[in-house]
Amino acid sequence: MKYLDEFRDQNQAHNIAAAIANETRPDRDYRIMEFCGGHTHAIFRYGVQDLMPNNVQFVHGPGCPVCVLPIARLEAVMQMLRQYHIILCTYGDMMRVPGVNRRSLLQARAEGADIRMVYSTTDALQIARDHSTQAVVFFAIGFETTTPATAVAIKQAQAEGLKNFSVMSNHVLTPAALGAILNAEQPVAIDGLLGPSHVSSIIGSQPYEHFAQHYQKPIVVAGFEPLDVMQSTLMCIRLLNQGRNIVENEYTRVVTHAGNRKAQALIQDVFEIRDTFEWRGLGQLKNSALQIRQTFAEFDAERRFPVEPDVLKENKACECPAILRGQKRPTDCKLFGNGCTPASPIGSCMVSSEGACAAYWSYAGFRVPANNKQYENLSG
Amino acid sequence: MKLNIKNGKIDMSHGSGGRASALLIEELFLKYLNNDWLAQRNDSATFNIDAGRMVMSTDAHVISPLFFPGGDIGSLAVYGSVNDVAMSGAKPLYLSVSFILEEGFALCDLECIVISMAQAAKDCAVNIVCGDTKVVERGKGDGVFISTTGVGVLPQDVNICGSKAQVGDIIILSGSIGDHGVAILSKRENLQFETTIESDSAALNHLVADMVNAVPQIHCLRDPTRGGLATTLNEIATQSAVGMHIHETAIPVKAEVAAACELLGLDPLYMANEGKLIAICARADAETLLCVMRDHPLAKHSSIIGEIVADKHRLVQMHTAFGGQRIVDYLNADPLPRIC
Amino acid sequence: MCLAIPAEVIHIEADQALVSLGGIKKEISLALVDNVFVGDYVLLHVGYALNKIDPDEAKKTLALFKAAGVFEVDT
Repeated sequence: MKYLDEFRDQNQAHNIAAAIANETRPDRDYRIMEFCGGHTHAIFRYGVQDLMPNNVQFVHGPGCPVCVLPIARLEAVMQMLRQYHIILCTYGDMMRVPGVNRRSLLQARAEGADIRMVYSTTDALQIARDHSTQAVVFFAIGFETTTPATAVAIKQAQAEGLKNFSVMSNHVLTPAALGAILNAEQPVAIDGLLGPSHVSSIIGSQPYEHFAQHYQKPIVVAGFEPLDVMQSTLMCIRLLNQGRNIVENEYTRVVTHAGNRKAQALIQDVFEIRDTFEWRGLGQLKNSALQIRQTFAEFDAERRFPVEPDVLKENKACECPAILRGQKRPTDCKLFGNGCTPASPIGSCMVSSEGACAAYWSYAGFRVPANNKQYENLSG
Repeated sequence: MKLNIKNGKIDMSHGSGGRASALLIEELFLKYLNNDWLAQRNDSATFNIDAGRMVMSTDAHVISPLFFPGGDIGSLAVYGSVNDVAMSGAKPLYLSVSFILEEGFALCDLECIVISMAQAAKDCAVNIVCGDTKVVERGKGDGVFISTTGVGVLPQDVNICGSKAQVGDIIILSGSIGDHGVAILSKRENLQFETTIESDSAALNHLVADMVNAVPQIHCLRDPTRGGLATTLNEIATQSAVGMHIHETAIPVKAEVAAACELLGLDPLYMANEGKLIAICARADAETLLCVMRDHPLAKHSSIIGEIVADKHRLVQMHTAFGGQRIVDYLNADPLPRIC
Repeated sequence: MCLAIPAEVIHIEADQALVSLGGIKKEISLALVDNVFVGDYVLLHVGYALNKIDPDEAKKTLALFKAAGVFEVDT
């Protein structure tokens, strides 16, 4: 497949690995946060960490929209399903996320709720057309990569007068999350960052410049394929060696400085920034999420189907919050492999296809929880 | 009274054992599935078996959609039990089949399925010797569910079992993975994409017969159906209390299957196959077995994908095409398309 | 986050395109991009083209990978 295979070529991997080995200074560590959950999975799925020298470590970031969605938002959707007669359309990613009493949308469907898994908002619109007498709610999640699709759908619904269609928006903003990581009271020790691939294709590389300068850390916008991740790591190492705290773009075939203006304009047209939004792991963040503007109020499911979810607390033993902040590793969580596995997840980091816990469990072979004195890397 | 196959639908009377049931059996099932046993119209079938060991296996089929590129629920149901029996090294001989039909199911669709089953049984050289039909109310079925049970006989010196993999053994895969899973997905609502991929649904018993003939001392055989290659390898690793090292570059995946998996964020290792098998044999037998497999049309692309190693944790580890290492875990839950 | 893959545009009709990825064909929306032509490659995410892929930049990136292993001689 063009633009995929060439970026996964094993021979080139050795090239870049050799350069990294040659250019890392033996007298220091390089702690690089890969912000995006997709990068975390690429690293483990392709075994990229095996090709790094010991003093280069990846710290896993919060860029996983499923992982950062707090249990209260999922519970709000569950309440909507209970209180109102709706068809819920959702991306596959949300189907198994455990909510209150570990109950997921998949289980709610088994109990009779009308929940339809869709690949695209265009499918949700079609469902609304096919069931014109029923309310159809689209459960919108995602960072800026996915938001434009929701914006297009809402505008399309308005143009068609598709009055039974509405959206429950949980779209979140990358710069806010980046700020929360770097600005934390006890910030995690990182030297540089790999910026997300596809979010950046929408927002451009420009928004990261402030962070690189203010927090004095180089940020390299990295492509999605394993060679991109390695090349970006090499670029970050070079910047660290040179002491240059700037933004560089490795993913130039898709990401520009300004980003996709058309998509940005569509988002701006339909959405406005919420004052505050709760993130799992990062707490209440100001100006970090999007809600639907008044002009599109009739397509806002939160206005049309108001619910009063209870104040919910996450499972205390679940370390997803600390893992999302990069302060702990999955194996530091007492529940890892000890009640929390992909088959029966407790936290979202284990169920999400991009979650660090799922990656550790599925690809890296860590099976023993931290309350054992010495955990083994079973893949060694 | 005649059955209106073209326009008729199944109704509750077809399952009640009365005249309508008899008509359905006579004019549809027996029209295509007829043989000496079914012709007797008894509730059971009697047959002789040479002295020796018998193998029995059962399978239920609830697949949706019922008709997919490369097959349908009928042929799948026949091949399913035939293959399960064959994976023990046995020669499959007889099948029983039971239908649970939903009220309202189109008779013309049922006819297509039964025709398909008859052809599949012929391909396998097995006989469907007894059957049963029930009807459930509208909304309580998914069109049709089919269960099959197969019986066969084991040659004397064959002892194939999931717990027999030994350190040093070689793992052979009979062909490309993920074809069936992708063919099914392409027909699911909301995931529509155009592809030329067809299900690899096929009878494996003739291939197995050739293999067992050449290498009767094969250790393990299994067809990686639901859960894919990954799950099957993990099952055997657990049963045999061994580990496995496999090579991603040795595992054939058709370009379109790989592309569909990329599109939906799925891993071909976990996609279902219905016409492939894994063979595990002693290192000394591997070349012979591979040659025999490659001579068979269903296994032309057979390849050695790895070996059995000692591992108290019973992990399946894969050397990736990228040059790294990763674990290949059991399937944790049915793969769902994703955005992240 | 965000699974997005490169696909080749093989047919365009108004705001919709038929794209091909390794032989798989899918209909997608071009609502988020402008100036797309048959033969272009786009980044596909949840049924929408997010951006065009720049073939020249792709070539440059691949060249960077090749060059990575060529060590600079210390002066």
